[in-house]
Amino acid sequence: MTSATALYDIPGPAARRRHLLYGLASTALILALAGWILHLLFDTGQFTAAKWTPFAYKGIQELLLRGLGNTLKAFAYASVLSLALGAVLAAGRLSEHRAPRWVSTLLVEFFRAMPVLVMIFFIFVALKVQPLPALVAGLTLYNGSVLAEVFRTGVHAVARGQGEAAYALGMRKTQVMTYVLVPQAVRAMLPAIISQLVVALKDTSLGFLITYEEFLHAGKLIASNLDYDLPFIPVVLVISPIYIGMCMLLSWFAGWVARRERRSPRTKAADVAPAEPETLLPGQQ
Amino acid sequence: MDVLTDNFSLYGKGFLGTVELTVYASALALVLGFVMASFRVAPVGSFRVIGTVWVTVLRNTPLTLLFFAVMLGLPRFGLVLPFELFAVLALGCYTSAFICEALRSGINTVPLGQGEAARSLGMTFSQTLSAIVLPQAFRTVIPPIGSTLIALAKNSAIAGAFSVTELLGTYRTLSELGYDIVWTFVWIAAGYLIITLTISALFHLLERHWGVAR
Repeated sequence: MTSATALYDIPGPAARRRHLLYGLASTALILALAGWILHLLFDTGQFTAAKWTPFAYKGIQELLLRGLGNTLKAFAYASVLSLALGAVLAAGRLSEHRAPRWVSTLLVEFFRAMPVLVMIFFIFVALKVQPLPALVAGLTLYNGSVLAEVFRTGVHAVARGQGEAAYALGMRKTQVMTYVLVPQAVRAMLPAIISQLVVALKDTSLGFLITYEEFLHAGKLIASNLDYDLPFIPVVLVISPIYIGMCMLLSWFAGWVARRERRSPRTKAADVAPAEPETLLPGQQ
Repeated sequence: MDVLTDNFSLYGKGFLGTVELTVYASALALVLGFVMASFRVAPVGSFRVIGTVWVTVLRNTPLTLLFFAVMLGLPRFGLVLPFELFAVLALGCYTSAFICEALRSGINTVPLGQGEAARSLGMTFSQTLSAIVLPQAFRTVIPPIGSTLIALAKNSAIAGAFSVTELLGTYRTLSELGYDIVWTFVWIAAGYLIITLTISALFHLLERHWGVAR
Protein backbone atom coordinates (compact mmCIF):
# COMPACT_ATOMS: atom_id res chain seq x y z
CA MET A 1 0.00 0.00 0.00
CA THR A 2 1.56 3.27 -1.04
CA SER A 3 -1.16 5.70 0.05
CA ALA A 4 -4.28 5.30 2.13
CA THR A 5 -7.65 5.90 0.50
CA ALA A 6 -11.10 6.35 1.95
CA LEU A 7 -12.11 3.09 0.31
CA TYR A 8 -10.83 0.40 2.65
CA ASP A 9 -8.98 -0.26 5.87
CA ILE A 10 -5.43 -1.47 6.21
CA PRO A 11 -5.83 -5.19 5.40
CA GLY A 12 -5.43 -7.78 8.13
CA PRO A 13 -3.85 -11.25 7.74
CA ALA A 14 -6.91 -12.89 6.14
CA ALA A 15 -7.42 -10.03 3.70
CA ARG A 16 -3.72 -10.05 2.84
CA ARG A 17 -3.91 -13.78 2.03
CA ARG A 18 -6.95 -13.15 -0.15
CA HIS A 19 -5.20 -10.27 -1.91
CA LEU A 20 -2.18 -12.47 -2.56
CA LEU A 21 -4.50 -15.04 -4.15
CA TYR A 22 -6.13 -12.37 -6.36
CA GLY A 23 -2.72 -11.04 -7.26
CA LEU A 24 -1.40 -14.44 -8.31
CA ALA A 25 -4.56 -15.22 -10.29
CA SER A 26 -4.50 -11.90 -12.16
CA THR A 27 -0.76 -12.20 -12.86
CA ALA A 28 -1.33 -15.67 -14.27
CA LEU A 29 -4.16 -14.33 -16.43
CA ILE A 30 -2.02 -11.49 -17.77
CA LEU A 31 0.86 -13.86 -18.49
CA ALA A 32 -1.51 -16.19 -20.32
CA LEU A 33 -2.82 -13.27 -22.37
CA ALA A 34 0.72 -12.14 -23.23
CA GLY A 35 1.62 -15.69 -24.18
CA TRP A 36 -1.45 -15.96 -26.39
CA ILE A 37 -0.56 -12.69 -28.18
CA LEU A 38 3.01 -13.89 -28.64
CA HIS A 39 1.69 -17.18 -30.02
CA LEU A 40 -0.57 -15.24 -32.39
CA LEU A 41 2.39 -13.14 -33.56
CA PHE A 42 4.47 -16.26 -34.26
CA ASP A 43 1.51 -18.09 -35.75
CA THR A 44 0.85 -15.37 -38.33
CA GLY A 45 4.55 -15.25 -39.17
CA GLN A 46 5.37 -11.78 -37.84
CA PHE A 47 8.87 -12.77 -36.73
CA THR A 48 10.12 -14.15 -40.05
CA ALA A 49 13.50 -12.84 -41.20
CA ALA A 50 12.00 -11.36 -44.38
CA LYS A 51 9.87 -8.93 -42.35
CA TRP A 52 12.66 -7.79 -40.05
CA THR A 53 15.72 -7.55 -42.31
CA PRO A 54 14.62 -4.20 -43.83
CA PHE A 55 15.32 -2.53 -40.47
CA ALA A 56 18.99 -3.45 -40.91
CA TYR A 57 19.20 -1.54 -44.22
CA LYS A 58 20.77 1.89 -44.10
CA GLY A 59 18.17 3.39 -46.47
CA ILE A 60 15.28 2.26 -44.28
CA GLN A 61 16.96 3.53 -41.14
CA GLU A 62 17.55 6.89 -42.79
CA LEU A 63 13.92 7.00 -43.92
CA LEU A 64 12.74 6.40 -40.36
CA LEU A 65 15.16 8.95 -38.93
CA ARG A 66 14.11 11.54 -41.49
CA GLY A 67 10.49 10.90 -40.50
CA LEU A 68 11.35 11.27 -36.83
CA GLY A 69 13.23 14.48 -37.64
CA ASN A 70 10.19 15.87 -39.47
CA THR A 71 7.95 14.97 -36.52
CA LEU A 72 10.27 16.80 -34.13
CA LYS A 73 10.52 19.75 -36.52
CA ALA A 74 6.74 20.13 -36.66
CA PHE A 75 6.62 19.78 -32.85
CA ALA A 76 9.28 22.45 -32.34
CA TYR A 77 7.56 24.96 -34.64
CA ALA A 78 4.13 24.21 -33.21
CA SER A 79 5.20 24.52 -29.58
CA VAL A 80 7.09 27.79 -30.02
CA LEU A 81 4.30 29.35 -32.07
CA SER A 82 1.51 28.14 -29.80
CA LEU A 83 3.31 29.50 -26.73
CA ALA A 84 3.53 32.87 -28.50
CA LEU A 85 -0.12 32.74 -29.62
CA GLY A 86 -1.18 31.64 -26.15
CA ALA A 87 0.61 34.61 -24.60
CA VAL A 88 -1.05 37.04 -27.04
CA LEU A 89 -4.54 35.58 -26.55
CA ALA A 90 -4.13 35.49 -22.77
CA ALA A 91 -3.04 39.13 -22.78
CA GLY A 92 -6.14 39.90 -24.85
CA ARG A 93 -8.44 38.05 -22.46
CA LEU A 94 -6.91 39.80 -19.45
CA SER A 95 -7.11 43.23 -21.11
CA GLU A 96 -9.15 46.00 -19.54
CA HIS A 97 -10.37 47.10 -22.96
CA ARG A 98 -13.53 45.49 -24.21
CA ALA A 99 -12.59 44.97 -27.87
CA PRO A 100 -9.44 42.83 -27.45
CA ARG A 101 -11.10 40.92 -24.63
CA TRP A 102 -14.10 39.97 -26.76
CA VAL A 103 -12.06 39.12 -29.82
CA SER A 104 -9.68 36.86 -27.94
CA THR A 105 -12.49 35.22 -25.98
CA LEU A 106 -14.28 34.44 -29.24
CA LEU A 107 -11.11 33.05 -30.84
CA VAL A 108 -10.18 30.96 -27.80
CA GLU A 109 -13.67 29.49 -27.43
CA PHE A 110 -13.99 28.74 -31.15
CA PHE A 111 -10.63 27.06 -31.58
CA ARG A 112 -11.07 25.02 -28.42
CA ALA A 113 -14.44 23.72 -29.59
CA MET A 114 -13.19 22.76 -33.07
CA PRO A 115 -11.40 19.45 -33.75
CA VAL A 116 -7.73 20.11 -34.61
CA LEU A 117 -8.08 17.85 -37.62
CA VAL A 118 -10.88 20.00 -39.10
CA MET A 119 -8.65 23.07 -38.86
CA ILE A 120 -5.69 21.24 -40.35
CA PHE A 121 -7.80 19.91 -43.23
CA PHE A 122 -9.36 23.33 -43.80
CA ILE A 123 -5.95 24.98 -44.04
CA PHE A 124 -4.56 22.14 -46.17
CA VAL A 125 -7.51 21.62 -48.54
CA ALA A 126 -9.32 24.95 -48.73
CA LEU A 127 -6.39 27.34 -48.38
CA LYS A 128 -4.09 25.00 -50.40
CA VAL A 129 -1.14 25.30 -48.02
CA GLN A 130 1.82 22.89 -47.95
CA PRO A 131 1.50 20.01 -45.42
CA LEU A 132 4.07 21.26 -42.87
CA PRO A 133 2.71 24.83 -42.53
CA ALA A 134 -0.85 23.48 -42.52
CA LEU A 135 -0.04 21.04 -39.70
CA VAL A 136 1.87 23.66 -37.71
CA ALA A 137 -0.87 26.27 -38.17
CA GLY A 138 -3.62 23.87 -37.08
CA LEU A 139 -1.68 22.73 -34.02
CA THR A 140 -0.76 26.34 -33.16
CA LEU A 141 -4.36 27.58 -33.29
CA TYR A 142 -5.64 24.77 -31.08
CA ASN A 143 -2.80 24.52 -28.57
CA GLY A 144 -2.35 28.30 -28.51
CA SER A 145 -5.98 28.70 -27.45
CA VAL A 146 -5.69 26.06 -24.76
CA LEU A 147 -2.42 27.58 -23.51
CA ALA A 148 -4.09 31.01 -23.39
CA GLU A 149 -6.60 29.55 -20.93
CA VAL A 150 -3.76 27.96 -18.95
CA PHE A 151 -1.91 31.30 -18.72
CA ARG A 152 -5.09 33.12 -17.75
CA THR A 153 -5.94 30.58 -15.04
CA GLY A 154 -2.37 30.94 -13.80
CA VAL A 155 -2.57 34.72 -13.51
CA HIS A 156 -5.87 34.41 -11.64
CA ALA A 157 -4.35 31.76 -9.37
CA VAL A 158 -1.72 34.13 -7.98
CA ALA A 159 -2.81 35.33 -4.54
CA ARG A 160 -4.78 38.60 -4.73
CA GLY A 161 -2.50 40.40 -2.31
CA GLN A 162 0.41 40.16 -4.76
CA GLY A 163 -1.27 42.31 -7.39
CA GLU A 164 -2.77 44.65 -4.78
CA ALA A 165 0.62 45.20 -3.15
CA ALA A 166 2.19 45.95 -6.52
CA TYR A 167 -0.52 48.49 -7.34
CA ALA A 168 -0.11 50.05 -3.91
CA LEU A 169 3.59 50.56 -4.66
CA GLY A 170 2.47 52.64 -7.64
CA MET A 171 3.22 50.15 -10.43
CA ARG A 172 1.32 50.40 -13.72
CA LYS A 173 -0.79 47.49 -14.94
CA THR A 174 1.93 46.42 -17.39
CA GLN A 175 4.50 46.46 -14.62
CA VAL A 176 2.24 44.53 -12.26
CA MET A 177 1.76 41.93 -14.99
CA THR A 178 5.36 41.60 -16.16
CA TYR A 179 7.15 41.90 -12.81
CA VAL A 180 4.71 40.35 -10.38
CA LEU A 181 1.88 38.24 -11.77
CA VAL A 182 3.20 36.59 -14.94
CA PRO A 183 6.49 35.25 -13.49
CA GLN A 184 4.62 33.58 -10.63
CA ALA A 185 1.82 32.38 -12.92
CA VAL A 186 4.24 30.77 -15.38
CA ARG A 187 6.08 29.01 -12.56
CA ALA A 188 2.84 27.65 -11.17
CA MET A 189 1.53 26.65 -14.60
CA LEU A 190 4.74 25.15 -15.98
CA PRO A 191 3.62 21.53 -15.44
CA ALA A 192 0.30 22.19 -17.19
CA ILE A 193 2.10 23.98 -20.04
CA ILE A 194 4.49 21.07 -20.59
CA SER A 195 1.57 18.62 -20.48
CA GLN A 196 -0.13 20.63 -23.20
CA LEU A 197 3.06 20.32 -25.25
CA VAL A 198 2.72 16.54 -24.89
CA VAL A 199 -0.68 16.92 -26.57
CA ALA A 200 0.98 18.92 -29.36
CA LEU A 201 3.65 16.23 -29.78
CA LYS A 202 1.01 13.51 -30.01
CA ASP A 203 -1.01 15.53 -32.49
CA THR A 204 1.92 15.97 -34.87
CA SER A 205 1.00 12.46 -35.99
CA LEU A 206 -2.11 14.01 -37.58
CA GLY A 207 0.32 15.18 -40.27
CA PHE A 208 0.20 11.57 -41.50
CA LEU A 209 -3.37 12.20 -42.66
CA ILE A 210 -2.38 15.19 -44.83
CA THR A 211 0.63 13.37 -46.38
CA TYR A 212 3.22 15.22 -44.30
CA GLU A 213 6.30 12.99 -44.36
CA GLU A 214 6.58 12.43 -40.61
CA PHE A 215 7.40 9.36 -38.55
CA LEU A 216 4.13 7.47 -39.07
CA HIS A 217 4.28 8.24 -42.79
CA ALA A 218 7.75 6.69 -42.99
CA GLY A 219 6.42 3.64 -41.16
CA LYS A 220 3.51 3.31 -43.59
CA LEU A 221 5.93 3.46 -46.55
CA ILE A 222 7.93 0.54 -45.16
CA ALA A 223 4.82 -1.38 -44.11
CA SER A 224 3.33 -1.31 -47.61
CA ASN A 225 6.49 -2.59 -49.29
CA LEU A 226 5.86 -5.95 -50.99
CA ASP A 227 9.59 -6.71 -51.25
CA TYR A 228 9.77 -7.00 -47.48
CA ASP A 229 6.62 -9.15 -47.26
CA LEU A 230 4.41 -6.25 -45.99
CA PRO A 231 6.04 -5.90 -42.54
CA PHE A 232 3.11 -4.02 -40.96
CA ILE A 233 3.24 -5.50 -37.47
CA PRO A 234 7.06 -5.18 -37.22
CA VAL A 235 6.74 -1.53 -38.21
CA VAL A 236 4.14 -0.94 -35.50
CA LEU A 237 6.35 -2.81 -33.02
CA VAL A 238 9.24 -0.52 -33.91
CA ILE A 239 7.59 2.90 -34.16
CA SER A 240 5.09 2.77 -31.29
CA PRO A 241 7.71 2.36 -28.53
CA ILE A 242 9.59 5.36 -29.95
CA TYR A 243 6.45 7.52 -30.13
CA ILE A 244 5.15 6.44 -26.73
CA GLY A 245 8.63 6.78 -25.24
CA MET A 246 9.01 10.36 -26.46
CA CYS A 247 5.62 11.36 -25.06
CA MET A 248 6.25 9.54 -21.77
CA LEU A 249 9.57 11.30 -21.39
CA LEU A 250 7.91 14.69 -21.81
CA SER A 251 5.03 13.71 -19.45
CA TRP A 252 7.53 12.53 -16.89
CA PHE A 253 9.39 15.83 -17.23
CA ALA A 254 6.12 17.69 -16.57
CA GLY A 255 5.58 15.61 -13.44
CA TRP A 256 9.15 16.22 -12.30
CA VAL A 257 8.77 19.98 -12.78
CA ALA A 258 5.50 19.89 -10.82
CA ARG A 259 7.15 18.09 -7.88
CA ARG A 260 10.11 20.46 -7.97
CA GLU A 261 8.01 23.62 -8.17
CA ARG A 262 5.82 22.49 -5.30
CA ARG A 263 8.88 22.38 -3.07
CA SER A 264 10.16 25.75 -4.29
CA PRO A 265 9.60 28.76 -1.99
CA ARG A 266 8.95 30.90 -5.07
CA THR A 267 5.54 29.33 -5.69
CA LYS A 268 4.07 30.19 -2.30
CA ALA A 269 1.63 32.73 -3.74
CA ALA A 270 0.09 30.37 -6.32
CA ASP A 271 -0.81 26.67 -6.24
CA VAL A 272 1.25 24.63 -8.69
CA ALA A 273 -1.05 23.02 -11.28
CA PRO A 274 -1.02 19.23 -11.62
CA ALA A 275 0.91 17.88 -14.61
CA GLU A 276 -2.19 17.26 -16.70
CA PRO A 277 -3.63 18.81 -19.85
CA GLU A 278 -6.35 21.43 -19.42
CA THR A 279 -9.77 20.01 -18.50
CA LEU A 280 -12.02 23.06 -18.50
CA LEU A 281 -15.42 22.70 -20.11
CA PRO A 282 -15.88 25.18 -22.96
CA GLY A 283 -17.54 28.31 -21.67
CA GLN A 284 -16.50 27.58 -18.10
CA GLN A 285 -14.64 30.32 -16.28
CA MET B 1 -25.74 28.31 -48.29
CA ASP B 2 -26.86 25.90 -51.02
CA VAL B 3 -23.99 23.57 -50.13
CA LEU B 4 -26.02 22.64 -47.06
CA THR B 5 -29.49 22.59 -48.65
CA ASP B 6 -28.38 20.58 -51.71
CA ASN B 7 -26.52 17.98 -49.68
CA PHE B 8 -28.59 17.85 -46.56
CA SER B 9 -28.77 14.05 -46.55
CA LEU B 10 -25.01 13.71 -47.00
CA TYR B 11 -24.32 16.13 -44.16
CA GLY B 12 -27.00 14.44 -42.09
CA LYS B 13 -25.41 11.05 -42.62
CA GLY B 14 -22.00 12.41 -41.65
CA PHE B 15 -23.43 14.18 -38.61
CA LEU B 16 -25.22 11.03 -37.46
CA GLY B 17 -22.04 9.03 -38.06
CA THR B 18 -20.09 11.33 -35.76
CA VAL B 19 -22.85 11.27 -33.13
CA GLU B 20 -23.04 7.46 -33.25
CA LEU B 21 -19.26 7.13 -33.01
CA THR B 22 -19.23 9.54 -30.06
CA VAL B 23 -22.05 7.80 -28.18
CA TYR B 24 -20.73 4.25 -28.59
CA ALA B 25 -17.13 5.20 -27.90
CA SER B 26 -18.23 7.23 -24.84
CA ALA B 27 -20.10 4.21 -23.47
CA LEU B 28 -17.06 1.98 -24.00
CA ALA B 29 -14.71 4.61 -22.52
CA LEU B 30 -16.88 5.13 -19.42
CA VAL B 31 -17.17 1.38 -18.74
CA LEU B 32 -13.49 0.65 -19.39
CA GLY B 33 -12.44 3.79 -17.53
CA PHE B 34 -14.50 2.74 -14.51
CA VAL B 35 -12.96 -0.74 -14.54
CA MET B 36 -9.44 0.66 -14.85
CA ALA B 37 -10.08 3.27 -12.13
CA SER B 38 -11.24 0.54 -9.76
CA PHE B 39 -8.09 -1.39 -10.66
CA ARG B 40 -5.97 1.66 -9.85
CA VAL B 41 -7.43 2.13 -6.38
CA ALA B 42 -7.62 -1.62 -5.60
CA PRO B 43 -5.78 -3.03 -2.58
CA VAL B 44 -4.20 -5.74 -4.77
CA GLY B 45 -0.81 -4.71 -6.13
CA SER B 46 -1.02 -6.46 -9.47
CA PHE B 47 -4.39 -4.84 -10.24
CA ARG B 48 -2.83 -1.43 -9.61
CA VAL B 49 0.04 -2.28 -11.95
CA ILE B 50 -2.38 -3.29 -14.71
CA GLY B 51 -4.35 -0.05 -14.32
CA THR B 52 -1.22 2.10 -14.22
CA VAL B 53 0.30 0.49 -17.31
CA TRP B 54 -3.00 0.82 -19.22
CA VAL B 55 -3.30 4.52 -18.39
CA THR B 56 0.36 5.45 -18.88
CA VAL B 57 0.67 3.73 -22.24
CA LEU B 58 -2.62 4.91 -23.70
CA ARG B 59 -2.27 8.49 -22.47
CA ASN B 60 1.08 8.76 -24.22
CA THR B 61 0.01 7.11 -27.48
CA PRO B 62 -0.84 9.40 -30.39
CA LEU B 63 -4.42 8.60 -31.37
CA THR B 64 -3.46 8.46 -35.05
CA LEU B 65 -0.94 5.74 -34.25
CA LEU B 66 -3.59 3.83 -32.30
CA PHE B 67 -6.03 4.08 -35.20
CA PHE B 68 -3.27 3.04 -37.60
CA ALA B 69 -2.40 0.00 -35.47
CA VAL B 70 -5.99 -1.07 -34.79
CA MET B 71 -7.52 -0.45 -38.22
CA LEU B 72 -4.68 -1.88 -40.26
CA GLY B 73 -3.04 -4.16 -37.70
CA LEU B 74 -5.83 -6.27 -36.19
CA PRO B 75 -6.96 -7.62 -39.61
CA ARG B 76 -3.49 -9.23 -39.90
CA PHE B 77 -4.49 -11.53 -37.05
CA GLY B 78 -7.63 -12.55 -38.90
CA LEU B 79 -9.85 -10.22 -36.88
CA VAL B 80 -11.97 -8.58 -39.56
CA LEU B 81 -14.66 -6.23 -38.24
CA PRO B 82 -16.46 -3.27 -39.80
CA PHE B 83 -14.39 -0.06 -39.76
CA GLU B 84 -16.93 1.61 -37.48
CA LEU B 85 -16.37 -1.03 -34.80
CA PHE B 86 -12.59 -0.65 -35.02
CA ALA B 87 -12.98 3.11 -34.70
CA VAL B 88 -15.19 2.74 -31.60
CA LEU B 89 -12.64 0.33 -30.14
CA ALA B 90 -9.68 2.67 -30.72
CA LEU B 91 -11.50 5.81 -29.55
CA GLY B 92 -13.05 4.08 -26.54
CA CYS B 93 -9.79 2.53 -25.32
CA TYR B 94 -7.88 5.79 -25.82
CA THR B 95 -10.46 7.88 -23.96
CA SER B 96 -10.86 5.29 -21.17
CA ALA B 97 -7.38 6.22 -19.94
CA PHE B 98 -8.46 9.84 -19.43
CA ILE B 99 -11.79 8.84 -17.87
CA CYS B 100 -9.89 6.55 -15.49
CA GLU B 101 -7.64 9.39 -14.35
CA ALA B 102 -10.61 11.72 -13.84
CA LEU B 103 -12.42 9.09 -11.76
CA ARG B 104 -9.34 8.25 -9.75
CA SER B 105 -8.63 11.85 -8.84
CA GLY B 106 -12.32 12.21 -7.97
CA ILE B 107 -12.09 9.27 -5.56
CA ASN B 108 -8.90 10.70 -4.10
CA THR B 109 -10.63 13.99 -3.26
CA VAL B 110 -12.93 12.17 -0.81
CA PRO B 111 -11.37 12.78 2.61
CA LEU B 112 -9.95 9.77 4.43
CA GLY B 113 -12.19 10.41 7.45
CA GLN B 114 -15.33 9.81 5.39
CA GLY B 115 -14.42 6.19 4.74
CA GLU B 116 -13.18 5.69 8.31
CA ALA B 117 -16.41 7.11 9.71
CA ALA B 118 -18.45 4.83 7.44
CA ARG B 119 -16.50 1.75 8.53
CA SER B 120 -16.72 2.67 12.20
CA LEU B 121 -20.51 2.76 11.77
CA GLY B 122 -20.20 -0.85 10.60
CA MET B 123 -20.78 -0.29 6.91
CA THR B 124 -19.49 -2.98 4.59
CA PHE B 125 -17.13 -2.26 1.70
CA SER B 126 -19.93 -2.06 -0.87
CA GLN B 127 -22.00 0.20 1.39
CA THR B 128 -19.04 2.53 1.95
CA LEU B 129 -18.45 2.62 -1.78
CA SER B 130 -22.03 3.15 -2.92
CA ALA B 131 -23.35 5.38 -0.14
CA ILE B 132 -20.33 7.42 0.91
CA VAL B 133 -17.42 7.51 -1.52
CA LEU B 134 -18.95 7.32 -5.00
CA PRO B 135 -21.68 9.97 -4.49
CA GLN B 136 -19.04 12.46 -3.34
CA ALA B 137 -16.57 11.48 -6.03
CA PHE B 138 -19.28 11.72 -8.72
CA ARG B 139 -19.86 15.38 -7.93
CA THR B 140 -16.26 16.38 -8.47
CA VAL B 141 -15.70 14.37 -11.65
CA ILE B 142 -18.52 15.92 -13.72
CA PRO B 143 -16.46 18.74 -15.33
CA PRO B 144 -13.35 16.66 -16.19
CA ILE B 145 -15.48 13.85 -17.62
CA GLY B 146 -17.42 16.38 -19.68
CA SER B 147 -14.29 17.84 -21.20
CA THR B 148 -12.92 14.34 -21.83
CA LEU B 149 -16.08 13.39 -23.74
CA ILE B 150 -15.89 16.63 -25.73
CA ALA B 151 -12.32 15.72 -26.62
CA LEU B 152 -13.61 12.30 -27.70
CA ALA B 153 -16.21 13.89 -30.00
CA LYS B 154 -13.50 16.04 -31.55
CA ASN B 155 -11.08 13.12 -31.85
CA SER B 156 -13.70 11.12 -33.75
CA ALA B 157 -12.78 13.25 -36.78
CA ILE B 158 -9.67 11.07 -37.16
CA ALA B 159 -11.92 8.09 -37.91
CA GLY B 160 -13.08 9.87 -41.08
CA ALA B 161 -9.57 9.69 -42.48
CA PHE B 162 -9.70 5.90 -41.99
CA SER B 163 -12.78 5.51 -44.22
CA VAL B 164 -15.48 5.65 -41.55
CA THR B 165 -18.59 7.66 -42.42
CA GLU B 166 -18.53 10.79 -40.27
CA LEU B 167 -18.80 14.54 -40.53
CA LEU B 168 -15.30 15.58 -41.61
CA GLY B 169 -15.22 12.89 -44.32
CA THR B 170 -18.12 14.56 -46.16
CA TYR B 171 -15.78 17.23 -47.52
CA ARG B 172 -14.22 14.67 -49.88
CA THR B 173 -17.49 13.87 -51.65
CA LEU B 174 -18.52 17.52 -51.77
CA SER B 175 -15.27 18.77 -53.24
CA GLU B 176 -15.54 16.06 -55.92
CA LEU B 177 -19.02 17.38 -56.71
CA GLY B 178 -17.44 20.80 -57.20
CA TYR B 179 -18.99 22.71 -54.31
CA ASP B 180 -17.27 25.71 -52.77
CA ILE B 181 -14.74 24.21 -50.37
CA VAL B 182 -14.83 27.05 -47.85
CA TRP B 183 -18.60 26.80 -47.36
CA THR B 184 -18.30 23.01 -47.14
CA PHE B 185 -16.01 23.48 -44.16
CA VAL B 186 -18.19 26.17 -42.61
CA TRP B 187 -21.04 23.66 -42.33
CA ILE B 188 -18.72 20.90 -41.09
CA ALA B 189 -17.47 23.29 -38.40
CA ALA B 190 -21.06 24.16 -37.51
CA GLY B 191 -21.84 20.46 -37.10
CA TYR B 192 -18.95 19.95 -34.71
CA LEU B 193 -19.89 23.09 -32.78
CA ILE B 194 -23.42 21.72 -32.33
CA ILE B 195 -22.05 18.44 -30.95
CA THR B 196 -19.43 19.91 -28.62
CA LEU B 197 -21.70 22.68 -27.34
CA THR B 198 -24.49 20.15 -26.68
CA ILE B 199 -22.18 17.97 -24.59
CA SER B 200 -20.89 21.07 -22.84
CA ALA B 201 -24.42 22.31 -22.06
CA LEU B 202 -25.41 18.85 -20.83
CA PHE B 203 -22.51 18.73 -18.40
CA HIS B 204 -23.10 22.31 -17.25
CA LEU B 205 -26.64 21.21 -16.42
CA LEU B 206 -25.37 18.13 -14.57
CA GLU B 207 -22.90 20.28 -12.69
CA ARG B 208 -25.55 22.81 -11.72
CA HIS B 209 -27.69 19.98 -10.42
CA TRP B 210 -25.11 17.72 -8.78
CA GLY B 211 -21.88 19.69 -8.58
CA VAL B 212 -20.14 20.72 -5.39
CA ALA B 213 -20.90 24.27 -4.30
CA ARG B 214 -17.60 26.09 -4.30
